[in-house]
Amino acid sequence: MTSPNPPTGPFPARRMRLPFHWLGILPFAVFVLLFLIMPTMKIVIGAFQRPDGSFTFQNIGNLFTPSILAAYGISIRISMASAFFGCLIGFGTAAAVVLGGLPRAIRGPLMTFSGVASNFAGVPLAFAFLATLGPVGFITVFLQTELGINLRMLGFNLLSFWGLTLTYLFFQIPLMILIITPALDGLKKEWREAASILGATNAQYWRMVALPILTPAILGTFALLFANAFGAVATAIALTGSSLSIVPILLFAQIRGDVLGDPHLGYALAFGMIAVTGVANTVYIWLRARSERWMR
Amino acid sequence: MKRFWAWGALIIGLLYFILPLIGMTNFSLKMRRGVYSFDAYAKVLADTRFQETFTYSVTLALLTILVGVFLVVPTAYWVRLKLPFLRPYVEFVTLLPLVIPAIVVVFGYIRLYNTSSWLPLTGTALGTDVLLVAGYTMLALPYMYRAVDTGLRTIDVTTLTEAAQSLGAGWFTIITRIILPNVLVAVLSGAFLTFAIVIGEFTMAALLNRPAFGPYMQVLGANRAYEPAALAVIAFAITWGCLGLIQLVSRFQKSAQRPV
Repeated sequence: MTSPNPPTGPFPARRMRLPFHWLGILPFAVFVLLFLIMPTMKIVIGAFQRPDGSFTFQNIGNLFTPSILAAYGISIRISMASAFFGCLIGFGTAAAVVLGGLPRAIRGPLMTFSGVASNFAGVPLAFAFLATLGPVGFITVFLQTELGINLRMLGFNLLSFWGLTLTYLFFQIPLMILIITPALDGLKKEWREAASILGATNAQYWRMVALPILTPAILGTFALLFANAFGAVATAIALTGSSLSIVPILLFAQIRGDVLGDPHLGYALAFGMIAVTGVANTVYIWLRARSERWMR
Repeated sequence: MKRFWAWGALIIGLLYFILPLIGMTNFSLKMRRGVYSFDAYAKVLADTRFQETFTYSVTLALLTILVGVFLVVPTAYWVRLKLPFLRPYVEFVTLLPLVIPAIVVVFGYIRLYNTSSWLPLTGTALGTDVLLVAGYTMLALPYMYRAVDTGLRTIDVTTLTEAAQSLGAGWFTIITRIILPNVLVAVLSGAFLTFAIVIGEFTMAALLNRPAFGPYMQVLGANRAYEPAALAVIAFAITWGCLGLIQLVSRFQKSAQRPV
């Protein structure tokens, strides 16, 4: 500030205390800076640098090679598919419990279970699915011996696009249930009554009243689920080893042993991940703010 | 009719969730050919690597909770009391770990704190542990901050602070003996969730090369058949236990707040 401190304001003493106020959040600010902001910035800046430190877009350009594009492609498709089915099934389940006339007693256990299942990700989740749908898994063997159905012959493989999507759904669906249930609770009885007084059928009520109100919440959660699946590393590695080339696995291998042979391409790969999850989360935050207008 | 569809949807949903749990439990009991036995569990529990990595992860989880509480409680309190205009910004920062994938953050650690940098934390085992605890604190930050902030909303921070100050309490006393006990249930909820997250975390520990439970599970999964299923059952039980404890403490608070 260049202007001299004007003797205005009735509280000169408060002016003196101002820096002290800010000291209170100093530990937090320093911690976040050291262990979140600066490491992330290091990656972001590194994505735009040559090895000698000068500025370049070349690293980002180098991402557009067939193998890396394919990794992003399959990552995005898995995230899309698991977010889509997560939203659909999660919405169906939540609607069945909130609006479908099921006994209230189901609700508490369902929410608790959703809390557990949405946190049951990572390595153990992969084990659970391997033990169930893997080559010698519970369901695979059951279908084979009891019904004579060979899943593998039918083209199902757990270590594939659909296998990974099916596994991700185990934490995607509960997350959807946890987020969408409050939104469904927010649908006011009066709206349905008003619609039916005006002669709307059940389908019309859903199509013209309920769904438009819920759309921001549903799309927002879709974006959140997408980001959630896109950043999932542990489940994918424990499930597939490195046989499926998706972005998190590629980045993991790059950090471990520079498989791309170019550290700055690694930065660019990580930057791409931040960009994708960043866009998805911005969409989520924006849509959540919109959906909350109706929830008051 | 509507009820029929509702039940149908619920049952299909339940099947999807229960079958993998049955699958892993079933598999974990089948180590001995032909009969159900707890052999896989016995083998896992007797493994010294299991004991070491599990102890290590529990220690790290407790440290993370400690650091998280000391970081979040004073900050959330201070922001509410003195810097309310900063609240949206602080809240935004606490949500950032959900946006930035953990693998990217740990990548940054490795590049920023390597042996040739100004703060060579990855050079020593202790330094790497510090880094790992910091990383876990970041992972847990969104949950911890939101829990504590929600807890603070239910108490009158300003009045409590002024009352304590007029009785001569300093800041340390106010935070440890007035604020912390009042948001204890929120802190415990955050702590249990932190524990559930940290105990099985894989990415950060694996990339920082620390002997944690998550990487141990992954290695075992790549080499064994029945033990991983037993580990999955144990991990699921831990998650279930942590979430159950959260329910328990919040119910405890509700009954405590009910007017007599």
